[in-house]
Amino acid sequence: MYKASSRKSDLLLLAGFTVAVLLAPFILGPVGAGYPDLLQKFAIFGIFALGFNILFGLTGYLSFGHAAFLGVGSYAAVWTFKLFSMNPILAVIIATVVGGVFAVAIGFISLRRSGIYFSILTLALAQMSYNLAYSVLTPITNGETGLQLAQSDPRILDVAFGRDYGAVLPSSDFFGIHMTGYPGYYFCAALFVLCFFLSMRIFRSPFGMMLRAVKSNQNRMRYTGLNVRPYTLAAFVISGMYAGLAGGLLAVTDPLAGAERMQWTASGEVVLMTILGGAGTLLGPVIGAGVIKYFENIFSAFNEGVLEQIFSFLPEFLQHAMVSISSMFVGEGWHLTLGALFMVIVIFLPGGLMEGFSRIWQRLRRMTKRDDDKPVEPSSVPAE
Amino acid sequence: MDDILLQVLNGLDKGGAYALIALGLTIIFGTLGVVNFAHGALFMLGAFCAVTVKAVLGFEKVALDPTRLTAWGTPVEIRTTYVEAWFGDFGTLLLNFSVPVSIVIAIPIMLLIGIAMERGLIRYFYKRSHAEQILVTFGLAIVLQEIVKSQFGANPIPQPAPEAARGMIDFGAMIGMQAGGVVYPAWRLIYFLFSLLVIAAVFSFLQFTTFGMVVRAGMADRETVGLLGIDIDRRFTIVFGMAAVVAGLAGVMYTPILSPDYHMGMDFLVLSFVVVVVGGMGSLPGAVVAGFLLGIVQSFASMNEVKNIIPGIDQIIIYLIAVVVLLIRPRGLMGRKGVMEH
Amino acid sequence: MSILTVENVNKRFGGLQALSNVNLQVEEGTVHAIIGPNGAGKSTLLNCFVGRLEPDTGSVVFNDVSLLGLKPHQINQVGVSRVFQTPEIFDDMSLLENVTIPALAKRDGSFKLNAWNAVRDENGIRDAAMECLADVELDGKSDELARALSRGDKRRLELAMCLVQEPKLLLLDEPTAGMSRADTNNTIELMKRIAENGMTMVVIEHDMHVVFSLAEKISVLAQGTVIAEDLPDKIKGDPRVQEAYLGGAHL
Repeated sequence: MYKASSRKSDLLLLAGFTVAVLLAPFILGPVGAGYPDLLQKFAIFGIFALGFNILFGLTGYLSFGHAAFLGVGSYAAVWTFKLFSMNPILAVIIATVVGGVFAVAIGFISLRRSGIYFSILTLALAQMSYNLAYSVLTPITNGETGLQLAQSDPRILDVAFGRDYGAVLPSSDFFGIHMTGYPGYYFCAALFVLCFFLSMRIFRSPFGMMLRAVKSNQNRMRYTGLNVRPYTLAAFVISGMYAGLAGGLLAVTDPLAGAERMQWTASGEVVLMTILGGAGTLLGPVIGAGVIKYFENIFSAFNEGVLEQIFSFLPEFLQHAMVSISSMFVGEGWHLTLGALFMVIVIFLPGGLMEGFSRIWQRLRRMTKRDDDKPVEPSSVPAE
Repeated sequence: MDDILLQVLNGLDKGGAYALIALGLTIIFGTLGVVNFAHGALFMLGAFCAVTVKAVLGFEKVALDPTRLTAWGTPVEIRTTYVEAWFGDFGTLLLNFSVPVSIVIAIPIMLLIGIAMERGLIRYFYKRSHAEQILVTFGLAIVLQEIVKSQFGANPIPQPAPEAARGMIDFGAMIGMQAGGVVYPAWRLIYFLFSLLVIAAVFSFLQFTTFGMVVRAGMADRETVGLLGIDIDRRFTIVFGMAAVVAGLAGVMYTPILSPDYHMGMDFLVLSFVVVVVGGMGSLPGAVVAGFLLGIVQSFASMNEVKNIIPGIDQIIIYLIAVVVLLIRPRGLMGRKGVMEH
Repeated sequence: MSILTVENVNKRFGGLQALSNVNLQVEEGTVHAIIGPNGAGKSTLLNCFVGRLEPDTGSVVFNDVSLLGLKPHQINQVGVSRVFQTPEIFDDMSLLENVTIPALAKRDGSFKLNAWNAVRDENGIRDAAMECLADVELDGKSDELARALSRGDKRRLELAMCLVQEPKLLLLDEPTAGMSRADTNNTIELMKRIAENGMTMVVIEHDMHVVFSLAEKISVLAQGTVIAEDLPDKIKGDPRVQEAYLGGAHL
């Protein structure tokens, strides 16, 4: 089943991924997703899900608090903008580091337990961070309003280099290029490709193999001379850094940070992205993140007017019925769709879309094989 | 002294709610081996049973009184609710007591919801991993709360307590202390007593009925009970329904204290999980004791005197306790060895 | 020279004295069997060697290193490998990966953040792993998932996972439990071969057939104490052993 991947297939996958990400504006144009705001989200949440997958997909530790790292990353990035410089490079570096440090603290506590205890602990700690961000930490987080830039921010480094933004509120810029629109997307995309590459290296490495061993049999691991805790902690911190980076990028493309990013619903979303695409596969979380952000975008935009048009071919009473039922799932009701999707995936396709693809692929191969009248080989499809 | 007593009282109602939800969670853990992330949603559904009952009782008929005119010259509208029109004073009484009356309605409804959940979804997950159980019930929780949101809106809907219980009780005077020292909202006290009643009912059910005996045996050793040829399946369904009723009742009665909104379930769920963890996974007395304990601790932490020393402590105290307990006593205060430990 | 020395080990569970004053010397390069009726304390004793249980008093010394207070992974790192009653393997990984992991653990220690190189480039490790799989005649299945193996093959895989680490001491907890006769015989043959290569083994076993075809020395444990320790032939005729096993009736 799990065939060792070759260097060549990995290079192909990476090249394909890079090309797809670079050409995304053109590829996704026809399905109405070719505009920069959405593309940025694909890349950012792709990174978030890639990181989550390193923890959950490989070790099987189900964290329900990863949004906390996302939120912390955002705060760190906005503070970097305020205090030091509007250059996004510094902001994402600091966001990543802060996400990692925060993950060390939370991981150190929560990884003392496994299974559901771990899930509950991460959920509780994230909820605690969220509560703190809303209450006592208001001087740092600016509470409900969210942390924003101000003209009067010190921006020490910018000032030192003689950079003056005049009377307008600055936006993050990469040596003069504003991080909105397509430049913003390509900034995220570059990091997205980098993250994917790193994730691939981890998957193929001895370290990645040990993480899969954690999921498979911790007892055997211990009696094989391996210390489980540092492995899980390392995975937790790496995924926390990915999340911090993603949070930092959210702030780069739109320089404000709010506590709602840390809520459990956001943690649930990244879990869903990962299992929807296929936990433990390299490409799955990326696909899951893309699918969810795409449908969120489409579904949230629907309203009753649009629905009435869609169902206008039906007789009037049926049209009304369909509109009122389906309107529950769109617009404000997008979360209902999300929850329902969550259940459907867990019930029917626990391996996610990647498993679905590989099943279809296998069936197709078997069919073509039969056409050629050759003996059916037990085909093995790579999990990525 | 009065202050301390007041804070203890303050914690009791919240603690009662925690204890009731945690009790249901623990029963489901213990017997079915399922981690139910949708249990908070059941609490929320119970609360919305009360909202619905009040809304239904509150349907009004509008009559015009042509003999009296408003300032605009239109006849005065006389609004009377149907229940009052049909039942007279009894109708007024019903309206006034809509929250307690909801209990009667909520029991069968929550039982049905619980049974439907178990038969329709949960039973397919007995053999699957805890992670998958968490995920599917988490999805269900989102679905339930979003349905409620689409039907009832996103804003909290206040529910009044019966008039007689809206006032304050001079608790200090009742126990022979100085009058006026410890004055406390009556409904909160009622909620505390109610939660004790439900807890007592659950415990005596488990203690004194054959059915309860099987459930307790199941909590001690699920596999063996299954091997004894006892029809576990049907009992599981009833156990789940029962836990749903307990959570629902906790929700119904809590509405006058906290106006229900669609996400109240998740807020309480996280805290109730903490309660279960602190009390000890799989221990019923642990769930109850930890529920009240954490409720009281939380109310002490929200005292201004305490908050002035450690700002924000009220927001995090429960989580801190959970972390400390898990690190020092991983099995919780009253937990047994080997429950959910893999 | 004795490689494992157990002195005056006591272990109490509540009111039950599971082990009392157990003394044991395992000579290097021998197969030492520990037998005894159910509840005699065999598994408890083994668990004291590997860090799963801590004896109340006494000492367990391996190659001049005290094993007491060490964690299981530390005990493995000093050269003790263990085979479980039910094979503990990495079910959803391939056979090759199952053996690669212990090989890496031997080379890199109990933790190494080796996240940059690819496992597929570890030629030395792979060769060693394949060699061990060949030793247990599983090299033909190296790409298959471990969960698909038969009970006997799982045991072989587990042995390969231990052998690839070249341990100084191999502990086996009822290695043939739950196996068919054919699987049992195959496993005995395999263990004999391992023993012939000079491996020191401690075997806990129920099945006398297994014990007498392997062991060079036998310790008999009853009610937590060693009641006899001798060569297999002597043990066979020892009336105390018969007493312990059969309550007085003759073998």
